[in-house]
Amino acid sequence: MHCPKCHGLMRTYNRSGVHIEQCDSCRGIFLDYGELEALSQMESRYRAAPPAPGWGAPAVQHHHHHGHHGHHGHHGSVFHMLFST
Amino acid sequence: METETAPPDLFARLVEIGRDSSRTGSSRTGSSRTGADAPDASAEPETLYDRHGVLVVRVGDLVVKAHQPGREYGDPFLARIKVAASLPDLLLGPLGPPSTVDGRTVTLSLYGEPVDPQKELPWEEAGRLLAGVHATPIPAEAPSWGRPTRVATQVARLGDGTAEDEIRRAFATLPAWIRGEDAGMARPERPEHLIHGDWHLGQMVRARDGHWRLIDIEDLGRGDPAWDLARPAALYLSGVLHPDEWTLFLDAYAAAGGPAVPDAADPWTTLDIPARSLAIQIAATCVISARGDERALDGPEQAMVDACGRISAAGDAA
Repeated sequence: MHCPKCHGLMRTYNRSGVHIEQCDSCRGIFLDYGELEALSQMESRYRAAPPAPGWGAPAVQHHHHHGHHGHHGHHGSVFHMLFST
Repeated sequence: METETAPPDLFARLVEIGRDSSRTGSSRTGSSRTGADAPDASAEPETLYDRHGVLVVRVGDLVVKAHQPGREYGDPFLARIKVAASLPDLLLGPLGPPSTVDGRTVTLSLYGEPVDPQKELPWEEAGRLLAGVHATPIPAEAPSWGRPTRVATQVARLGDGTAEDEIRRAFATLPAWIRGEDAGMARPERPEHLIHGDWHLGQMVRARDGHWRLIDIEDLGRGDPAWDLARPAALYLSGVLHPDEWTLFLDAYAAAGGPAVPDAADPWTTLDIPARSLAIQIAATCVISARGDERALDGPEQAMVDACGRISAAGDAA
């Protein structure tokens, strides 16, 4: 498929179940029927999630200390944090 | 770290009290045991807790506790014992009024099995129990919980260092009534409920009937229920508590009608300041402990100090 604007080559991407065609040359985006609605629905679901305060840890930095294979061992400093005043 | 342990003869005194009480059943309220169900008073006594001036000894199915010295154990404590006794499905409190033993305040309770940190943690039961306490109409005799004081005392104990400075900067963002500059300082009006007042997973035991209860009623009273959720909230926001565990806890709390989070869509309107305070308090406790042991902070401890950095960056609490 070629870009309707600049005739560059369009590539298909899948973002969370929504197909997006993007032009390699002008970076323009083409949405199929219903895809804009799907995107706005995802946006409203995202907004409905409780926003954590600004000081919350980014998810990637979580230091959760689950053991392997589903064990929930809490040791050392985490034990003290969870189990003492 | 201060881990002041009890004098050796106190252990023997508590065991004696436990054995006497098991034999006579005098402290047992409303239960007479016979035959196979009788408590085994000859069982080897076991120290359950011996830190910070508190000694807790198990004797058979009884627990004898010498409470922390230097605290108030007058009428408010008696009122708390009464309130706990009136809520036997939620709280496992002392079996009767305290006695004084070698100058120490001592109470007897039934034994309950503590949470095993190596197993799956009872987050949902915790949420339901706290919601149950918070949803109980406040008994007339319930004392006031007061205000959170531990964050200020822990921060005051900090020495010099970069982690210490980070924690102090975060502490400066807390409202004045929490920093304790003026105890009479105005604080936001929040609906009061019956609260545990010092909740963490060490405050839960599984009773003989297999159901969980809250223990340690020294801070039980009327107050803002958000503070009972502050510790897991702080650990979650600091990246130490797994989001799944936090969600189990909070969802169970909300589903059981817990009033601390009136707007389920945004729990942080009520939880932000209590969570900040606990994050700072836990960070201070970690740093004091690490310095006392002359060791570096481990990963989760450093995560708490890092959270303090983000608290300062976020600015004054709303």
